[in-house]
Amino acid sequence: MELTLKIWRQAGPTAKGEFATYEVKDISPDMSFLEMLDVLNERLITEGTEPIAFDSDCREGICGMCGLMISGEAHGPERTTTCQLHMRSFSSGETVTIEPWRANAFPVIRDLVVDRTSFDRIIQAGGYVSVNTGAAPEAHSVPVPKEDADRAFDSAKCIGCGACVAACPNASAMLFLGAKVTHLGELPQGQPERDSRVVKMLDEHDLQGFGGCTNIGECSNACPKEIPLDVISTLNADLRKAASRSR
Amino acid sequence: MTDTLSEYFTVGDPIADTKAPDVPIEQMWTKHQFDSALVNPNNRRKLDVIIVGTGLAGASAAATMGEAGYNVKSFFYQDSARRAHSIAAQGGINAAKNYNDDGDSTYRLFYDTVKGGDYRSRETNVYRLAEVSANIIDQAVAQGVPFAREYGGLLDNRSFGGVQVARTFYAAGQTGQQLLIGAYQAMERQVAKGTVTEYSRHEMLEVIIVDDVARGIIARDMVTGEIETHLADVVVLASGGYGNVFFLSTNAMGCNVTAAWRAHRKGAHFANPCYTQIHPTCIPVSGDHQSKLTLMSESLRNDGRIWVPKNAEDCEKDPRDIPEEDRDYYLERIYPAFGNLVPRDIASRQAKNMCDEGRGVGPKVGDFRRGVYLDFASAIERLGRPAIEAKYGNLFDMYSRITGEDPYQVPMRIYPAVHYTMGGLWVDYDLQTSVKGLYAIGEANFSDHGANRLGASSLMQCLADGYFVLPNTVRDYLAKPQARITEDHPAVVAAKNSVTERIDALLSINGERTVDSFHRELGNIMWEYCGMERTDEGLRKAIDLIRSLKDEFWRNVRVLGAADTLNQSLEKAGRVADFFELGELMCIDALHRRESCGGHFRAESVTEDGEALRHDDEFAYVAAWGFGGEDGAPVLHKEDLNYKFIELKQRSYK
Ligand SMILES: Cc1cc2nc3c(=O)[nH]c(=O)nc-3n(C[C@H](O)[C@H](O)[C@H](O)COP(=O)(O)OP(=O)(O)OC[C@H]3O[C@@H](n4cnc5c(N)ncnc54)[C@H](O)[C@@H]3O)c2cc1C
Ligand code: SF4
Ligand code: FES
Repeated sequence: MELTLKIWRQAGPTAKGEFATYEVKDISPDMSFLEMLDVLNERLITEGTEPIAFDSDCREGICGMCGLMISGEAHGPERTTTCQLHMRSFSSGETVTIEPWRANAFPVIRDLVVDRTSFDRIIQAGGYVSVNTGAAPEAHSVPVPKEDADRAFDSAKCIGCGACVAACPNASAMLFLGAKVTHLGELPQGQPERDSRVVKMLDEHDLQGFGGCTNIGECSNACPKEIPLDVISTLNADLRKAASRSR
Repeated sequence: MTDTLSEYFTVGDPIADTKAPDVPIEQMWTKHQFDSALVNPNNRRKLDVIIVGTGLAGASAAATMGEAGYNVKSFFYQDSARRAHSIAAQGGINAAKNYNDDGDSTYRLFYDTVKGGDYRSRETNVYRLAEVSANIIDQAVAQGVPFAREYGGLLDNRSFGGVQVARTFYAAGQTGQQLLIGAYQAMERQVAKGTVTEYSRHEMLEVIIVDDVARGIIARDMVTGEIETHLADVVVLASGGYGNVFFLSTNAMGCNVTAAWRAHRKGAHFANPCYTQIHPTCIPVSGDHQSKLTLMSESLRNDGRIWVPKNAEDCEKDPRDIPEEDRDYYLERIYPAFGNLVPRDIASRQAKNMCDEGRGVGPKVGDFRRGVYLDFASAIERLGRPAIEAKYGNLFDMYSRITGEDPYQVPMRIYPAVHYTMGGLWVDYDLQTSVKGLYAIGEANFSDHGANRLGASSLMQCLADGYFVLPNTVRDYLAKPQARITEDHPAVVAAKNSVTERIDALLSINGERTVDSFHRELGNIMWEYCGMERTDEGLRKAIDLIRSLKDEFWRNVRVLGAADTLNQSLEKAGRVADFFELGELMCIDALHRRESCGGHFRAESVTEDGEALRHDDEFAYVAAWGFGGEDGAPVLHKEDLNYKFIELKQRSYK
């Protein structure tokens, strides 16, 4: 198949960016979206043009490293990661626009690569259980009801890709944050720090320049791991409880 | 060594002492820890620890060393520590908890691991691994890792290939992700406390060695291109495995050997490089564009039946049109006792044999069809589609997403792929390499898995090393700190200059070919001659091919762009350059080991019925290779494997 690609090119964090247009031919429907870009890059190098920078690592949909806005949709038309999107989701002759995640808290580094370390700083603010190595009790000393463990797992599936932020008109990271708060909040191990966790993580979220949540729901629609919107309700409920308890 | 091999390597001094104390194996680790010196808490923050890598090994080590109060600097090439390749592990993690009262014990885990490794691992290290395994689960649970649970609220277990007890803990098909998130969160907590500093998008490109002691690293900031010097009291490499030397593998795109290889060139021995684990159930190659191969969980072999057409003419047909009598269920035919559940190395080799005979299925890649069927039709008939969906639904979805085929309707196609590397930097009982002050943990070292790794035991080793072993062994070393050095020390300056020169060299060649085209070609050579089956003749040929390809690379590679910006071609070029040198050493190692064992199958060393034949009288040793200089031959140091507690036996699955 053949496609017209309009790709965001930006030489560096402070450089001005613009779209460049590339025609690609001989695309196999079995290629992943990133393999299609690999093929284009090989051609660009041969022609003497610098290849397009984009992030990826596992290419299995689990590391969260890849992430592109494809024709206005985070990770493209299917609900999956960019590396697991395949070219059979497109039709020959289409024009496809490819951009980096757009959010103040995710500055562009080059072309399609953005800086997502603001997510790490949110985790640093309290996205953990405080237990030193060697200080852990016997694993069976605290049973966890299966339903709770399963729900914790469902929230823990977040891969930190940032699609939720990119999809949100406010560039809010509430889905990411809600997923962590719910993961740890469902488990007995997460209870002692439950109140302080939500407060500190939310403060950090705002400090990093993410926007507020106005319940639009685009985040959850774009999430490749199908993190449900109700983790944000959990987050809000935790916040209210924390506020009432600290009074 | 026979004379005909002497052009490839020389033989150096044997390795005598690995530092394990000479007491009964159950007392060794306790005694060793007690005998190690302590570092006063007030002195710890004055000691700088560099850890390269944030996979399960590196992140757990950084968190633990940070908690102890050392000043830890953590380096990794991804944007976030949470993305290290450990994230991709699916199946599970072993631990001798005996929660099912099915006869498990430290000793049994130790025994299974040594046997599974085809008797080429080191007893003392493996015993310790088994010993600390139970603590790992406690630690992970306390951190909030959501392992699978039973309705009673207790942890659930699975059983994995090669063992008869259920000792594998798991979190759906994402055990690696959940364990890594636990370790990453523990590490981020230390970042907030200021004991750990993260250097994201930083690639370590050289070790600094002063008077034979590791004193720091040279790293490139991959965003600004700045070449930075970082000095430390101890350097720990947790940089993962080198399966990407094959280009196509189940590893992440960025996995590489650079950190370990740079250390090797500075004096660290590289042990058993030729031991590669090939995983039998991966999605086959579909075309030349392919950038990686995807693993399908081994659990599929519990219900799927593996077959190829009996007649080569049928290979193009729709498999559903091939009648039962024209199908060859070859594993069930050759290994009636184990059938489709033979171990990884055997299942892989037989799939290759079928395709080599011209009975492979799926699209032709080159002249070959590289695929065999994994058929669920009879399981669906027997158990019903809903049961199969419940058990394997997510794997079936993943398969159909990648291939565009519906495995409920047509049989899946699978083919073996490179998955894991058992070789790595040689380490002693303390996990110290042959360079003082330089340690290697996780997949980057060699000690625990021998010639073949059992499922679910790498995650265990990485976390054992990072949470429990390294933090205890490194203390003794740090208790006697080295004299301070400064950045203007000639050895430091030289290390930095060599990195800059290498980058300039790569950028100035401006040849005709892309880095990827070289990597792909190297991968083909490695797969063809140093992959599932190796021969004397093939390996010699491969060495010649690699040497001339390497030559061409340094004359004809094209790396565009500049050094002072994010430059992904430049990053790849440096890694591929190191893969050439490693690839050559892998072939030399495979050539000299004239026996078949585990992941290393030498066609010349087979039993009468075609199975792998080990030669314990000649090869029961670790091959630890020393760097022989820029144009010199590698130097073989042998560490004899003394099996004091477990008796050596041939494996049989018939
Ligand atoms: C698809 C797949 C499934 C698997 N499933 C299982 C399983 O179910 N059970 C099991 O036990 N094992 C499994 N394994 C094996 C296991 O996942 C790995 O062996 C293990 O996670 C390796 O961990 P590590 O910490 O040693 O290295 P990695 O997790 O690979 O981490 C390497 C780190 O080093 C960094 N790094 C590397 N080079 C440099 C450099 N030059 N400069 C700076 N940083 C660098 C990287 O950024 C990264 O942080 C699986 C492997 C694969 C590929
Ligand atoms: S919540 Fe979903 S979209 Fe957001 S970072 Fe996590 S996985 Fe990505
Ligand atoms: S590259 Fe890892 S999720 Fe896409």
